Amino acid sequence: MNRRTHPLVAAIETAFAWALGLAWLAPLLYAVWTAFHPPAFATRFDLGAPLTLENFHRAWEAAPFARYFLNTVVIVALIVASQIVLGTLAAFALARFTFRGRDLLFAVILLQLMIAPEILAVANYRTMKALGAVDTIWGIVLPYLTSAFGIFLLRQTFRTVPQDLEDAARIEGCGTLGVLWRVYVPAARPVHLAYGLVQASWHWNNFLWPLIITNSVENRPLTVGLSVFASVDQGIDWSVITAATLMTSAPLLLAFLVFQRRFVQSFMSAGLR
Amino acid sequence: MTAIEATDAYTGPASRAAVIVRRHTGLALTLLAPSLVFLVLFTYWPIVQVALDAATLTTFGSKSVSYGFGNFARLFGDPAFAHAVSNNLIYAVGTVVPSIALALALALGLEEATGIATTIRTVVFFPVLIPLVAAAALFLFVFLPGIGLLDHHLAKLGAPRTNWLGDPDVALWSLIGLTVWKNAAYYMLFFLAGLQSIPADLYEASRIEGASAMQRFVRVTLPLLGPTFAFVVVIALVNVVTQVDHVVVLTKGGPSDSTNLVLYYIYQQAHENYDTGKAAAATVVSLTALAALSVLSLRTLERAVHYET
Repeated sequence: MNRRTHPLVAAIETAFAWALGLAWLAPLLYAVWTAFHPPAFATRFDLGAPLTLENFHRAWEAAPFARYFLNTVVIVALIVASQIVLGTLAAFALARFTFRGRDLLFAVILLQLMIAPEILAVANYRTMKALGAVDTIWGIVLPYLTSAFGIFLLRQTFRTVPQDLEDAARIEGCGTLGVLWRVYVPAARPVHLAYGLVQASWHWNNFLWPLIITNSVENRPLTVGLSVFASVDQGIDWSVITAATLMTSAPLLLAFLVFQRRFVQSFMSAGLR
Repeated sequence: MTAIEATDAYTGPASRAAVIVRRHTGLALTLLAPSLVFLVLFTYWPIVQVALDAATLTTFGSKSVSYGFGNFARLFGDPAFAHAVSNNLIYAVGTVVPSIALALALALGLEEATGIATTIRTVVFFPVLIPLVAAAALFLFVFLPGIGLLDHHLAKLGAPRTNWLGDPDVALWSLIGLTVWKNAAYYMLFFLAGLQSIPADLYEASRIEGASAMQRFVRVTLPLLGPTFAFVVVIALVNVVTQVDHVVVLTKGGPSDSTNLVLYYIYQQAHENYDTGKAAAATVVSLTALAALSVLSLRTLERAVHYET
């Protein structure tokens, strides 16, 4: 697709793109510099500065980051697994069954599409209190266990599965659930993966609801831990704060670098569309 | 919807197996039940609760309760709420317009998958992946007056030092800058996808008819990106209403309410002032805004899906 012809235009575009890319990266590059050098070099750029992991060590010692990591992993795993399983079941019912009120039900489910649980935090906090789930991992996870968007996405996917495949499976003796497991679930594998990846990164980064519903170290996820760490504990020890920040973001960034193509495709196909 | 129903009518009678499946209403409801339970508990019931709270008036020291619009009257009479709404409007325009313009520019510039373009795509995508809280923590230092990354480099150009987060006239714009940095590349992805779906022969045809690059952009690219624009605007606006992590970490709504956004205002009323009625009334206002947005977005979602298939 050679839409642009003039070489000068192309050269300017390239230069501009590089400049923009660099400016975009500056805060992160700075963070990497500060985190891997002694505090004395935090604001001083000197190519001779010694490299060190001391900042990471100090951050790790200063706050229970191991616990935060574990909590975040558990939270993300529970949410993603539940959304995929429950979403698949619901989407199958909506895509391949006809029953009275189906379309109405689908419309009602779609209502949730734009209502982020953050908005309803005040009311949900009260529900958690009634359930005795305040300041627990369950309290963090419960509002997210099913997602209208996941149901919507999977329903659209199931609709594209040819009826012939289902018929063939039935002739070979599959029951309804067998058909779901043998025909629809394999057909939806790319969507499951893409959706799972997007949700995992979303919930790894989620902050406000976990902040509201937790108040103890044992149950905080990484994001809440980091916010506590970056505000009061450390004063202005930038080296340690940036080390902690990089630690928090590293798993997703590394996963992105390794599975880049998959990530980008996932965000394009399942990043709330 | 109509297209989907038509597919059903076509495949339906053709297959006896499908007819058998469709009798299993009970099974269908069983499959739906777990999702519905969670949706009812944590989405629909809270909405009812919030609406009730917003309409419930209590007098301090008395047990009697009455109902009315008193909470809304108090809410709309609160200058802090008016401030939060106007901040949110500025924040909406200030983040959505530049991030979408940037996203489109990036997508156009990085469309061809050459080595450089791929590298820069990767680089600009990093901010999308880090938590907003982490981005805010990094920008604490970027915004630090005097020695921070911004002031340090602006000083070299002779600019005076700025209190990026402490000056009420500047603080909201600092948050806007952070948000654009964080989200632009996310929207870029959708524009990249949109650009890829434009058939090459359309460009070919317009070239044969002698259209300039600019004409091709205005007459072919922009109109065909219409659904993408609509979609991206909606998700960008949803982000405006639902994301306040950076406000919590960087400014707590200050200085003097200059960075208070509606969701943070709700949070303050509920968890700092224990004013349930006012928090609920403000939630109802937010929900109404989101409902309007979701009507819009359902249309775009539907269109995007049709567009694709």
